[in-house]
Amino acid sequence: MRRFAVVLNLVAVVTMIFAATMLVPLGVSLAIGDRGELAHAEAMYFTLLSGLLAWMLTRHERRELHTRDGFLFVTLVWTVLPAFATLPMLIYLPRLSFTQAYFEAMSGLTATGATVLTGLDALPPSLNLWRTQLQWLGGMGVIVLAVAVLPLLGVGGRQVLKAETPGPMKERQLTPRIAQTAKGLWYVYALLTALCALGYAWAGMGWVEALTHAFSTVSLGGYSSHDASFAYFNSLRVEMVAVSFMLVAGINFGTHFLAVRGRTLRPYAGDPEMRAYLGVVGASVLLVAVYLVLNGVYAELPVALRYAVFNVVSVATTTGYATADYAAWPIFIALSMLLLCTFCTCSLSAGGGIKMMRALLMFQQAFRELARMVHPRALMPVKLGGMVVENHIIFAVLAYMLVYGVTMTAITLMLTGTGMDFLTAFSASTATVNNLGPGLGNVGPAGTYATLNGFQTWICTGAMLLGRLELITVFVLLTPAFWRK
Amino acid sequence: MKIVILGAGQVGSSVAESLASEQNDLTVVDLEPKRLRALQDRLDLRTVAGSASHPSVLVDAGIDDADLLIAVTQSDETNLVACRLAARMFNVPRRIARIRATDYLANEKVLGDEGFDVDLSICPEQILTDYIVKLVEFPEALQVLDFAGGKVSLVAVRAFAGGPLVGRQLKDLRARDARIVAIFRGDRSIMPDGEAIIEAGDEVFCLAASGHIREVMRELRRMDQPVRRVMIAGGGNIGLRLARALEQEYSVRIIEHNGRRCEVLAARLSKALVLTGDTTDEELLEDEGIADMDLFVAVTNDDENNIMSSLLAKRMGARRVVALINRRSYVDLLQAGEIDIAISPAQATIGTLLAHVRRGDVVAVHSLRRGAAEALEAVAHGDRASSRITDRRVDEIDLPLGTTIGAVVRGDEVIMAHHDTHIQAEDHVIVFVMDKRTLPRVEKLFQVSARFL
Repeated sequence: MRRFAVVLNLVAVVTMIFAATMLVPLGVSLAIGDRGELAHAEAMYFTLLSGLLAWMLTRHERRELHTRDGFLFVTLVWTVLPAFATLPMLIYLPRLSFTQAYFEAMSGLTATGATVLTGLDALPPSLNLWRTQLQWLGGMGVIVLAVAVLPLLGVGGRQVLKAETPGPMKERQLTPRIAQTAKGLWYVYALLTALCALGYAWAGMGWVEALTHAFSTVSLGGYSSHDASFAYFNSLRVEMVAVSFMLVAGINFGTHFLAVRGRTLRPYAGDPEMRAYLGVVGASVLLVAVYLVLNGVYAELPVALRYAVFNVVSVATTTGYATADYAAWPIFIALSMLLLCTFCTCSLSAGGGIKMMRALLMFQQAFRELARMVHPRALMPVKLGGMVVENHIIFAVLAYMLVYGVTMTAITLMLTGTGMDFLTAFSASTATVNNLGPGLGNVGPAGTYATLNGFQTWICTGAMLLGRLELITVFVLLTPAFWRK
Repeated sequence: MKIVILGAGQVGSSVAESLASEQNDLTVVDLEPKRLRALQDRLDLRTVAGSASHPSVLVDAGIDDADLLIAVTQSDETNLVACRLAARMFNVPRRIARIRATDYLANEKVLGDEGFDVDLSICPEQILTDYIVKLVEFPEALQVLDFAGGKVSLVAVRAFAGGPLVGRQLKDLRARDARIVAIFRGDRSIMPDGEAIIEAGDEVFCLAASGHIREVMRELRRMDQPVRRVMIAGGGNIGLRLARALEQEYSVRIIEHNGRRCEVLAARLSKALVLTGDTTDEELLEDEGIADMDLFVAVTNDDENNIMSSLLAKRMGARRVVALINRRSYVDLLQAGEIDIAISPAQATIGTLLAHVRRGDVVAVHSLRRGAAEALEAVAHGDRASSRITDRRVDEIDLPLGTTIGAVVRGDEVIMAHHDTHIQAEDHVIVFVMDKRTLPRVEKLFQVSARFL
């Protein structure tokens, strides 16, 4: 149990940092007087106290993390923090059940954007800010933040960071020290958020609203302070800002970091993943727009293009904003968009899904097997950006894909098993595992996840956690080998 | 001239061989006493065994009063260090180094006087690659050489029975911007005057402005189909460079027997197909469509392997085969046989070095016909009084027998030389020397007398 205590001690530290972040909505609440300050203050007090207590109890157990403890630590942080994150909501909305509040918090922290709440417009702005701030914290990763703020993890930190950050190849080191890397990533992330908030303010939003939406845009989360999501604004400017920043946030933040540090655009040229990502999204937008016009959903191409750009980018980047009820578009389009969210975003971006990098590797691997039929003696390594990808990475990606496929199927089956219709079950499973948010059917952009019963809600909550930590980090805890001494 | 040569490998020994015959004092340094002994048996030179970058070894080799250092060991780093030492410690006026890694060449500071003090860097592998790439671009040619920074080209073609060249006197040929500077029939050379008649099987050397080279070739012989598919046997240094140079525009397959080397090749190449196997494996060649290949190039470092694999490829239907052959006796044996072109690496690469060793302002030297003949580009200096070439008409110049002035490059202008062409100071003159023994006399033409200096 000593091992568990060490992990608990670190979780306590992260919890206290998390409590500190509650100062932001509290401050905003006090500043604008939206009557939410009590909920925030109580939540913060309770979170801080719990963290402090756990820390006091385990303070003698401080030592460096082992590699395998890292998985436990990360999973624990990602299950404990949503519990504390429910507090402001539970306090302010006494009729909300813990199940639903935990779903909402998990959906926030995993930057998914699936919601069980309606009447968002009537909530205090500070509570909406808290929801999107959760997405913002989770988008880049709370542990990455913790490492950046406190050098608490030492050498083991690299393992922990690997467990939390998405993508198949995490060996690329941006800086010599792990804390510097974490700082660099958060620095770029914060910079983008600030720019995005300025953009929204320019486009006509109030300051709190701009910040609220900047948080959920750059994290590719998708929460909004309006039930109608971005359709509420009905403003081309707002949509343009949103689309630009969603696209940027879908790119590898390591590449952003190198570009900002070197003050040059050259790193982007050397990022093959980004090229594929922008190419696929761009082509899809055009296809959807043309298809919408041909099927008479919109009469004119420019109008169709406007809706296609916003909604396709939003879904492909796993954000989940909507300016139209795309679930009501022809089913071919709706399903294709859902497919996009499974693979489009780049590794080490704020997006979900299997990541473009894995898709590219899989595609090349498949192509290689075909070519090998024709040239049995040829040596054809899988390459990315001119660099050979080692076979062990390909195998890891293959294993990941298998686990991913099984997980998606299992969750879909479990949901249909509870009596849900297939389209809703399939899309809910896709939308939660890939951290998209809204699906199709009952959980489409026009509906919410509030119609799900308790069991279904917990399944979706688990799916979001699995998806955010890229499955392996969580599943490794379920293997007997992990618990063996 | 006192010359120190570091390294007695293939490059080092062929350099020594060409320079030994030109009245130079040579010292060759190498780690392997065996190699040195072999060299000493054949040539009149001094040898020193030891590490080529150690100052004491360099002193033993007489670097103190050397005029030229040629560092051509296998290792870039040894060559660089030796050049730096020669410049800073021993005041050797000129230093040539063999550099393979392109990284060293990327920034001029590395080789400049802040860096390693290298006057001239040569990379035999790159020179050979360029040579073969030219053959791919001009499949009709036996050899294509550049002068005056690429403004003038010398092409060698073989006259075929039924071609437009054969059976006609030279003066009837219509080539406007071209000049036939030499004809070789078997081992004999034929003076290319107006009355000469070309026969089938002759090797014809033609000088032309580079822009016109395709038109000129069309007049010399019927065009072959352009090359599309190339197979390279051997993935060594040359094979890799060649594949990289060709893979964007041609369909390239490269065969290498070493599995680890194949991984390196596959990593460095983007489009070319890397095949693991023996270059003489019939089944592999068959499977990979040898019969559809426009060009088969054998560039392993084993002469016999290159010969056998290219003979096999030719037999199995490759349209044209090129083999890299180091041994001179093999080259003589095979040229114009089943192997279309036999390239001697030493002859192909020696020119760049020779240009630096020659007296007079020699810009480029190309060895032809296995070193028997030479084409060189030199700059005319001085005036009518101080030089024996400047300010004169071509027919006034006292040229040795078998020597032809082919072309003159004045600024950007290319002038095909005729008997009345006037040579001015600073002209680049391209001279074709059919008998190497007359070289010293040709060099002397381009030296200015003391009065001018």
